This record gives sequence, structure tokens and C-alpha cells, in this order.
Amino acid sequence: MTATTPSSRGGRWLAALTDEGPALPGYPDSVRVVDGELDGTPTRYIAVVPDPASDFPRARGGEVGLVEGWALARAVRETMTADVDGPRRPIVAVIDVPSQAYGRTEEAFGIHQALAAAADAYAAARRAEHPVIGLIVGKAMSGAFLAHGYQANRLIALDDAAVEVHAMGKQAAARITQRTVEGVEALARTITPMAYDIRSFQRLGLLHRLLSVADADSPAGPDVAAVRDALTEACRDIGDSRDLGARLGEGRAASLAVRRRLRAQWQS
Amino acid sequence: MDTATLIARESFVERGARERVAGLLDAGTMRELLDPFERLRSPWLAEQDIVTQADDGVVIARGAIAGTAVVCCAVEPAFQGGAIGEVGGAKIAGALELALEDAEAGRPVVPVLLLETGGVRLQEANCGLAAIAEIHAAIAALRAHVPVVGVVAGPVGCFGGMSIAAGLCSQLIATREARLGLNGPQVIEQEAGVDEFDSRDRPMIWSLTGGEQRRATGLVDTLCADDAQAIAAEVAAAVAAGPEDPARVADVDAALARLARIDGDRRAEAEWVRDAFQTPTDDGSDS
Repeated sequence: MTATTPSSRGGRWLAALTDEGPALPGYPDSVRVVDGELDGTPTRYIAVVPDPASDFPRARGGEVGLVEGWALARAVRETMTADVDGPRRPIVAVIDVPSQAYGRTEEAFGIHQALAAAADAYAAARRAEHPVIGLIVGKAMSGAFLAHGYQANRLIALDDAAVEVHAMGKQAAARITQRTVEGVEALARTITPMAYDIRSFQRLGLLHRLLSVADADSPAGPDVAAVRDALTEACRDIGDSRDLGARLGEGRAASLAVRRRLRAQWQS
Repeated sequence: MDTATLIARESFVERGARERVAGLLDAGTMRELLDPFERLRSPWLAEQDIVTQADDGVVIARGAIAGTAVVCCAVEPAFQGGAIGEVGGAKIAGALELALEDAEAGRPVVPVLLLETGGVRLQEANCGLAAIAEIHAAIAALRAHVPVVGVVAGPVGCFGGMSIAAGLCSQLIATREARLGLNGPQVIEQEAGVDEFDSRDRPMIWSLTGGEQRRATGLVDTLCADDAQAIAAEVAAAVAAGPEDPARVADVDAALARLARIDGDRRAEAEWVRDAFQTPTDDGSDS
């Protein structure tokens, strides 16, 4: 059987990491859920991919919309239910999400609640001792990232120019902050958290690993092996930890200082 | 309501974050943590020649409501539209993490979140987003131990990553003036065009995302007038409730069944949306 090559980078990495395993039934075409393995351990892989035929026009390009948010929640919760009495499978969120869906229907039907359901499911899986890893292979934007991956125990990203993390696209960010796009770009060069590139994100201490690959767009042999090794190592590194504490380092000095002083004042 | 009652009524929305908190807590119990004299300012705004604030727009206070230990986290909408930066975000996340430690040690502290915020402060983009993910993690974990109470009161509304935080709360209280949605009107208009969403059409915006509509569709649990006493009473009732996973977060099957029934091309109007939410979803039909 010859599978057609997926149209998105996230879809291609999902296929490569699961040896082109079949997507589970019961999910929309935009949420691909594949049970594969990692270092011999059964592992669930989940990616949001474009679906040009989606019933929701604002969510056809790989955005996380209403259906995607709730389907992600189902994919994660279903893993938890299946593993409740046995070993907890790792869950790998393959992240390549250009944004959440921006639309009237989306707001009207409560897209914020759909994204909350997805974030809640990932957080619950993490606390239920599933190792959860976010693998950023493309864009990890804003609400889409909060729903798909940001609740992971560990984040791994490919070191590639098209890998970006941010809270909002440049055009909209310029409008909201009453700046020009050039102004936003200029600030992104000097203010680390305003930057879009993954190396700046790494400087904030939010990544477990930044991984060099030969071709982030077309996953092949050695690159796929390197990513698998990194995922395996991340699973080991997670060990018994269940929270997001590993992300708090010197890259976010103010975040650390606030917590330290808050703790000192917490008990009267 | 008679005239005397109306005149005596005090607005909650017109109060600043600190006064809102003070009005919720039992008299004499409020203890603010990291108050403005700590001078914890945003390290990023100053670099962009933007005026900072000595509490970074977030008030954290411990106290009691009807004798129950609480921690209030209140966003000040008058500073940067209530947007969440690194310091303000860490204040909320850190307070919730400490409340979780206490809850796990058998000393429950009920979080009360006053969420009037545009979401991530774009001048600190990735630091705000990271803090909001940590806020989500803490709310989700706390819900197993205590009710997590959210209040969206004023016209700034609750948007972006913080609307997801609102969606994670066990009990969500809103006024008619409040809005709750993921993407703000200007952002949708910028990304999708004015035909998709006209950011100047205020009646449309409130009809779809206002507190009354959100209550009618179950995305808000309690609708309350902008009356400081009435809101305090609703918060006290929510604080006294047990921990729970509200159906609005947990009922994945019902949500997917509802979405399968609606026409994604149809232009959303308030009444249609209410009907879609009220149609029973547990009839077992698959189509």
C-alpha cells in the first residue's frame, strides 16, 4: 500500500515516527491519532493536520478549531481510560499548528471551551503518570499551542527557521499593540519573549531539547532516528515528575523571583 | 427594585482589582501578597518605553470567605487591558501552585480568580503564553481538591489564553456586561476579514459572547447583576461548593455530537446557537 505524502510538516513527522501507521477511526480528518511505539513501548502520537474539506471553513488549514479541540480531548482521555489499570503509555503531541481558528462560528460555539477541554485532558494525562511530550516540528502558535502540547512534561523542538512559537501573528500583533509590522519585527529582534524564532524561545528555558536535523520538512532516516532518541531520553528524564517545574530556569528570571518571594510570604 | 435600593447598590465593575478583592473577603482577613511596595515591575515593558506598574496589574490576596481560606487573584483591567505579562502571570501561577501544595497537604485554599483580561500581553508574548500554560496546569490540578471559582465582570471581558483558564474553572460567574471568548473582535477581523467579524458591531459581539448568551449556552454557570453584594454572595456560594469537574469541560462526547449536528457554513446568530446547545445530546443517535 502506498500512502500519499501528508500535506503538512506535522502530518509527515507523524507518519515518519509511526512508520506510517493507520490513523484510529472515530476522529475527524484534521486530528490524526496513531498508536505506534517508542523504544519498544506502545506510544500514542497525535497531530493536528489540514483538512481542506472540514465543515468549518475557518479551520481548514491545520488550525485548532472547535472540532479539533474536542477531538484532542477525546484522543487523550481515551488513552487514559484504556491504560487506567496498566502501564501508562507515553503520549507524543506532534506540534505544527499555525493558529487557533479565527471565526464567528468558532466564538459563538465556544472555541475557548474546546481548547480548555484539550488542555485539561493533556494536563490530566500528565498527572495520571502518562509521560507527555510536545514535539514542535513547525509552528506552535498561541491558543493552538496551549491546547495541543503546552501541557506536556517536556517540550522538544527542531532547530529550523520555520519552527516558531508565539502568542499572535505579526499583522494582528501590530494592530493590537498599535505598532507597524516593521515595528513588531524590530522589537522581536531585541526583546527575547517577543521573538518568533525557536532559538529565542530556547533562551527562555522552556525547551527540554533543541534538535538539529538535516531536513525538518521531509523527515528521513537519521533525522527520524535522532528525534526518536530525543523522545526516548525525554521519557526517561520525566521519571516521576508530574508538573511543569522543569521549565522554570534562569531564562525566566522574573518568573523565578516572583515565585520565591511569593513562597516567603505565603504563610502568615 | 425601589429607588432607595437602586441608589444603595454598589457597582463591582467600577471598582479596581484591589477593591474588588477587599469586597469579597471577610472583614479584617485580607492579606495582600507581593503588594505594590514590593515593586515587582515588568522587566520587558520598560525596555519598550512603556510605563510599568508596581504590582504589574495583578493583585494576590489571602483571606477568608465565610470562614473558608481563599486566595484571590485579581487582574486589573485598567493596566494594559488586563493583559498577562511575565510578572503578573507568575504571580497568578505561583499563587495557584502554592494553593495546590497546601491542598495536597490537606490544607485546602480555594482560589478565586477575577478575570478581566485581554489574554497574553503581546509586549511579553512568549513569557505571557508560558505563564498562562502554567496557570492552566494549576487550575486543572486544583480542581481535584477544591472548587476553582472564576468571575468575569466588566466590559474588558476575558480573552485569549485566559478565556481557556476561565473555561477550566469549576464555577464561572459573569455579568451581562462581560464578554467571554478566545479571540478578540479586532484580532478576528484582522485575521479573517470584516465580513467574517465586524469589530465595530457591538450588539452582535455581545449577543454571541456576552454573559447572558454564555449563561444560556452553559459556558457560564451563574449570571449575576453588576452589584458588589450580589457578586460577593455568588462567589461565597461557589467557594462553599465541593470540587467538581463541570460538564462544560468534561463532556467531550456531548460537545462533539453537538458540533456534528451544526452547519459550519451558517452565519452564527445568538438564537440558533442557544437552540443548538439546548438540543439533547444524549439520545444515542449517531447522525
